[in-house]
Amino acid sequence: MTENIQLPEYQVESLKRLAWRSLRRHRAGMTGLVILILLAFIAIFAPVIAPYDPLEMHPHDRFHPPSPTYYFGADEFGRDIFSRVLYGARIAFGVGGISVSIATILGVIIGLVAGYAGGAFDAISMRIFDVILAFPAILMAIVILAVLGPGSLNAILAIAIVYIPSFARLTRANVLMEKNKEYVEASRAVGASPARIVFRNIFPNTVSTILVQITIAMAAAVLLESALSFLGLGTPLPAPSWGSMLSVGRGYLPLAPWYGIFPGLAITLMVMGFYLLGDGLRDALDPRRQ
Amino acid sequence: MGKYALRRLLQMIPVLILVSIVIFAIIHLIPGNPAEIMAGPNATDEQLAALKQQYGLDQALWVQYFLWLKHVLSGDLGVSFINGYPVGKLILQRIPATIELALAAAIIGLVISFPLGILSSLKPGSWLDLFTTLFSALSFAVPSFWLAILLILLFSLHFRWLPPSGRPPFSQEPVAHLKSLLMPAMTLGIAMAAKLTRYLRSAMLDVLNADYVRTAHAKGLSRFDVVMRHAIRNALIPVVTVFGLQVGDLLSGAIIVESIFAWPGVGRMTIQSIGWRDYSMLQASVMFIVMAFLLVNLITDLTYGIIDPRIRYD
Repeated sequence: MTENIQLPEYQVESLKRLAWRSLRRHRAGMTGLVILILLAFIAIFAPVIAPYDPLEMHPHDRFHPPSPTYYFGADEFGRDIFSRVLYGARIAFGVGGISVSIATILGVIIGLVAGYAGGAFDAISMRIFDVILAFPAILMAIVILAVLGPGSLNAILAIAIVYIPSFARLTRANVLMEKNKEYVEASRAVGASPARIVFRNIFPNTVSTILVQITIAMAAAVLLESALSFLGLGTPLPAPSWGSMLSVGRGYLPLAPWYGIFPGLAITLMVMGFYLLGDGLRDALDPRRQ
Repeated sequence: MGKYALRRLLQMIPVLILVSIVIFAIIHLIPGNPAEIMAGPNATDEQLAALKQQYGLDQALWVQYFLWLKHVLSGDLGVSFINGYPVGKLILQRIPATIELALAAAIIGLVISFPLGILSSLKPGSWLDLFTTLFSALSFAVPSFWLAILLILLFSLHFRWLPPSGRPPFSQEPVAHLKSLLMPAMTLGIAMAAKLTRYLRSAMLDVLNADYVRTAHAKGLSRFDVVMRHAIRNALIPVVTVFGLQVGDLLSGAIIVESIFAWPGVGRMTIQSIGWRDYSMLQASVMFIVMAFLLVNLITDLTYGIIDPRIRYD
């Protein structure tokens, strides 16, 4: 009996290898992966790579144009924009990563339970998600932050809430598709508990679509975080969030055009990395495209 | 069709009720009492009590909700915490600017995406196709506020062609008005165009490989006729969905883009009301955007039936 149940795990393992092999052939997907590895490296080793502390002020070098001393120029306090952009990767990964993790865990659990159990829990949770989805994502986040007050933690919470429904709905749809299949019936027939069926049997079969959704949500979360910081509702100054750097830089465009360019380039690069990786994963994990 | 529309409207009711509770909650979840915010820091207890009574803030929360709902349904959205003007009037003044911006952006989006999407699908692998693919991939990643900054750097600071912000009245300065519209509309329109182009191209590629298109070629129709009369019409079906979603995106994009270009629409009002802690104004502008968003989604759904008579709503 135990052997029967362990069989799917063996298949997941081989799908993983198959997916990796086809991802390696996917040019866009690999480009995304390389971009993200590079950015992760920058985020981890920012203190080593950055020539200056991101908060260190050089009053004599206010708005110093890009030069060998300040690669991306200096800002209104003479801080090195290059160092700030490097450190900004930490905030982007951090806020995006934590909020998407929360959204994934909560969304997947709710989706699994709602899809398998159905009934009142399903109906109520799906109606609540309808309400969240009735708001454009940024507006929902703005409303949450207007109520909770601005700040990094609240921004993480707002972004997480905004993306829970997409994970829950996706997981629920997967469960609905899987739950009448033979392997689930077999598991039920041998007396497995609902919890075991949902988490041990059905869940592994939803992992690949959730993985794709995570990369897409990361791209969206990085964009949303920078937008909220741009509006002054996210990561507070003087932390080097890319969004708030652009927001301040916008006020100095005639004096320091570089201030409005480099942080945006960084956002674009990271979002592009996640989108491309998501594209690659989708193709690699879809058995029909093998 | 009529039945389906009615059913969709009825299905919206529970969502609308929950949405209204969320919007009502905005004022009541904020730290501090609305009366205290309205009265300011120097208000006496008597003034506070009077304000609370005037706005019904001393009643049970559910009573307040139904009172608020009754007022909203009769068109009374309350008064601004800051200047005491009726919020409904303030919103009405801002709506034309937002609609104008959304329309201009949609036109820019369509004008760019249709030729790009269709031409690139006719010659897959060409330079134009490569450019199109790059253009749409980039647009997913470029944040609207950064695109806005780049446009300002280029058109306002470098070439000095367009004003970086504002909206002079059309009746007095029509040319200046149109010039001020161009950059915000481009910011929103380019993002829209990129997504539309991508979908239009892939929908066209699907359709161009379909059997009936081969038949149309075989019976001797010119390439132009095949594309214009057979392919595009069918490729439009999935594109309409995307267009609908994009119009929804225009509304949320307007929140940021209006703020950057000081465009006096509902989006800018939303952000301003947070800065001013004017929660009744925030409530009203959020309500407007959500209603418009839901309406656009509904219209998008209903449009399928008009474009594709095969789709039956039952």
